[in-house]
Amino acid sequence: MVKHFSRVNHAVLLIGIGNEHRSDDGVGLNIARRLKKLNSKQVVIAEHNKDGIALMETWKDFDTVIIIDAVSSGAETGTIFRFEAHTKPLPANLFHYSTHSFGIAEGIELARTLNQLPPYLIVYGIEMVNYDSGTGLSLETNEFVQKVTDLIQQEIHSLFHT
Amino acid sequence: MKSKRIKVNYLARVEGEGALYIKFKNGSVRDVKFKIFEPPRFFEAFLRGRTYNEASDITARICGICPIAYQMSAVHAMENGFGITVNGQLRALRRLIYCGEWIESHALHIYMLHAPDFLGYPDAIHMAKDYPEIVRRGLQLKKVGNEIVSLLGGREIHPINVQVGGFYKVPARNELEEIKEKLKQARDDALETVRWTAKFSFPDFERDYEFVSLRHPDEYPFNEGRLASNKGLNISIQDYDNTFTEEHVPHSNALHSVHKERGAYFVGPLARYNLNFDRLTPLAQDAARSAGLLPQCHNPFQSIIVRSVEVLYACDEALRIIDQYEKPEMPSVCVEPREMTGYGCTEAPRGILYHRYRVDGEGVIMDAKIVPPTAQNQKTIENDLWHFIPKNIDTPEEKLTLQCEQAIRNYDPCISCATHFLKLHIDRE
Repeated sequence: MVKHFSRVNHAVLLIGIGNEHRSDDGVGLNIARRLKKLNSKQVVIAEHNKDGIALMETWKDFDTVIIIDAVSSGAETGTIFRFEAHTKPLPANLFHYSTHSFGIAEGIELARTLNQLPPYLIVYGIEMVNYDSGTGLSLETNEFVQKVTDLIQQEIHSLFHT
Repeated sequence: MKSKRIKVNYLARVEGEGALYIKFKNGSVRDVKFKIFEPPRFFEAFLRGRTYNEASDITARICGICPIAYQMSAVHAMENGFGITVNGQLRALRRLIYCGEWIESHALHIYMLHAPDFLGYPDAIHMAKDYPEIVRRGLQLKKVGNEIVSLLGGREIHPINVQVGGFYKVPARNELEEIKEKLKQARDDALETVRWTAKFSFPDFERDYEFVSLRHPDEYPFNEGRLASNKGLNISIQDYDNTFTEEHVPHSNALHSVHKERGAYFVGPLARYNLNFDRLTPLAQDAARSAGLLPQCHNPFQSIIVRSVEVLYACDEALRIIDQYEKPEMPSVCVEPREMTGYGCTEAPRGILYHRYRVDGEGVIMDAKIVPPTAQNQKTIENDLWHFIPKNIDTPEEKLTLQCEQAIRNYDPCISCATHFLKLHIDRE
């Protein structure tokens, strides 16, 4: 894997996306907070709502960015999708469910059009089950959140040590 | 007998989830339903039992685009009931944060949601391939609006610094000075936005609307004023419930608001502009005239120019407020709760937002009513389509469908607010 470091502080920017008041939609935020607790100097953690336009501003100083968001594609709950968004567009059906008119997939594609995409952009989509009003992740999904966190931690580690 | 049915199951570039169904036969429209199927959110119900000072932060959660409007209507309603007036720099800061919200919300709609309709693109991403610098200008404008909201509201999304009586914390003068240079650039960009949108081609479409907005003796309205219309309405906010009513319609989870005697009415930028042209700054007035707008504009498709004029006004007004700013000694005035019913109505980017609260002697909310702008525009949106389609009956189906969507986007509907979503379905039998 090619090393990609940020222009500012040689850190990877990890963006957790979601709405914690919509149950499992908060999984991206949950994972971001778990990684923040590790206090790694290699990672800058950001939390983000679903305003795709604001993504460009969030990642402007970073070359390596990892995004984590919940998805609802009909796949088995707990399926982990990984996309190298700097190489090709995201499948729109996976990320286009924001009630806002300009979601994450659109924000990434607009950035691609305007040449404002980070050189290395990984997007993790976590298939979740419950998007009803309420806080906390559902039990059946909470079990594997740590597994995803570990997976992402390994990816960050490999960026610096391969 | 020629009947037709056009169906669009997902209407893009609106806030929230909804649909539109249109059916027409022999050139006449038989049915128009602006369907809002996003489930109701029951905010009014769960405000009951909360304290008066929680209303602004709870209702701000109704909308990620216009939280300031919810906060402002909530605090004004409470202050109305408690007999408090917020003046001076605190009042000016409220206008300033509203300027920020108008700039960010209008820039988003003009550039990302509505302009693609006029330039023939399916979305802003495709538009950006041909007009990258223009799209960048829109993003920059939106960013300046966001920065004002962040600075005064504590954060961009769901700000938390507004309270009954004022703010929790007020900025130092140098903090506002920092945003001044960006605002000057934003004002230039806003002027270019007016010139850009004025060049678009607009369908020839006007109706005899009742425009309703706030009217203030001295100011283009944000927070205060009487409710006025071009049909003679001139009432205090307290008389809103006596004048307007909400109706259930089977196809919408949002209530339709109507004037009790005259039915549908029109709120938002076009209404504000028509009723308050004389309150715009000279710069905004000159830009409107240069764009070919008269002080009266009844073509809803031209609302994109009016929205641009309002962005220009908001930049101009924000700079005026910053120039005259002196940090107030206290971030808020003293509030003493008492049993009351309070009324508030402010100008959200999409139009008047009405709040009414009944509070007991301990300051606990007993009852709440919230009427967002999109709920008030729903019937007018449907009526526009009833009139627009017969005039364009020979238009090819694909183009007509797009024009119907465009007609809806004239109102920048926020369905999340109104139900607190949009799919289009046209039938030609």
